[in-house]
Amino acid sequence: MEKGGIAMGKMNNNLVQIADGIKIIPGASAIVAPLNKLINWGRAGSIWPATFGLACCAIEMMVAGSSTNDLDRFGIIFRASPRQADCLILAGTITKKMAPVVRRVYDQMPEPRYVLAMGSCACTGGVFDTYAVVQGADEFLPVDVYIPGCPPRPEALLQGLMKLQEKIMQEQGRWSQLV
Amino acid sequence: MEPIGIAKELQKKFPDSISEITTHRGQVALMVERTPIVEMCRVLKTDYQMNHLNCLCGVDNLSRKMAHGERFEVVYQLYSIQNRVTLRLKAQVPESDPSIDSITCLWSGANWLERETYDFFGIVFNGHPNLQRILTAEGWEGYPLRKEYALRGDTEWKGFIELKEKARQLSKFDFYGAQVEQE
Repeated sequence: MEKGGIAMGKMNNNLVQIADGIKIIPGASAIVAPLNKLINWGRAGSIWPATFGLACCAIEMMVAGSSTNDLDRFGIIFRASPRQADCLILAGTITKKMAPVVRRVYDQMPEPRYVLAMGSCACTGGVFDTYAVVQGADEFLPVDVYIPGCPPRPEALLQGLMKLQEKIMQEQGRWSQLV
Repeated sequence: MEPIGIAKELQKKFPDSISEITTHRGQVALMVERTPIVEMCRVLKTDYQMNHLNCLCGVDNLSRKMAHGERFEVVYQLYSIQNRVTLRLKAQVPESDPSIDSITCLWSGANWLERETYDFFGIVFNGHPNLQRILTAEGWEGYPLRKEYALRGDTEWKGFIELKEKARQLSKFDFYGAQVEQE
C-alpha cells in the first residue's frame, strides 16, 4: 500500500488546474475539486436554455445560436422542451395574455433553473407602457440576468449568458436541500 | 367603372342613406347610415363585382377636430378583383346604441374582423354567429381602443392579478426564495 501511496503523492504534484478550483489528474481521467465547485462548473458549462421567442429579440437570439456567434461553444444547446432545460430566455415583449403561459413554462422546468430577460421589453416593458404589456418579467418571475437593448445584439446575449455563468460559479450548495 | 361612378349610382339607389361622398388622393369614401349597410354591401357585391372585403374596422371620433357625424364609425374597405376598383364605406354608429348589422352573410371572412371591432370598440354586430372577444385576454373588461380607456388600463386584468399571487405563493419553492424564508 505504501507503494500506491507514493504513486498518489507523485500524481498530486502533477495536478492540472483547468478552472477555478477544478483540477484534473493527467492520464487518470479523474477530477479533484470541492463538490460545490464541481457542480457549479458543470452547470455553467452546460446551460441548456428553453427559448421563449416572443418578439423581434427572438431573431437576435437565433443569430446568437448560428455559426458566427455559435452558442454551442459555451455548451449552450437550445432545447424545445422546458423539462430538458435549465435556463429560460425571455426574448421579447411579454403581453399580459402571454404571461400565464410564460409562467407555466417556467413552472415545468426542473431545478436548477435560471431566467434571463432579454431586451428592454422583457426587462421593463420597454416602450410599451400600456394596458396589455407586462412591465418587466420580474413582476411574476425571478429574473437572474437582465440584458438591455432593443433588441440586444447577439454579443449582448453572449455577455448575458457569461454573466449567468459567473453567477452560477458563485453559488453555494444549490444541489441539496440539506446543505 | 370608376369608383366615383359607382358611388354616385349607389347614391341614386340609396338617396336617404348616403350623406356624403368624399375623394382623397383618388380614394373614394361614402359616409352612410348604418341601417341599410347589408343591403348596400349586397348591391355592391352583386351588381358592381365588389367581391372582396379588404378590411373592416372601427373608428372612435371622440377627440377628432372638425368631427361631423356620429361618434363611432365602422369602415368597410371593398375591392373588386375583376375591375380593380376600391371603395370605402363609413357607416355611422351612435354612442347611445353602438350596434350595426353583421355582414357575415355576405363575406364569412368578416367574422373575425367584426369580433375584433367588437373587442376593441364595443360595437355590437347584430346577427353575428359568434360575437365574442377575440384578441384581448379571457375575462377582459372595457374596450381598449375607445378614447376614454386609459393607456395603462382602468383596472388590472384579473388573470394577471391571479398570476402575480400565484408567483408570490410559488416563490417559496424557488432556491433563493426558500433561503429568504429560512432567514
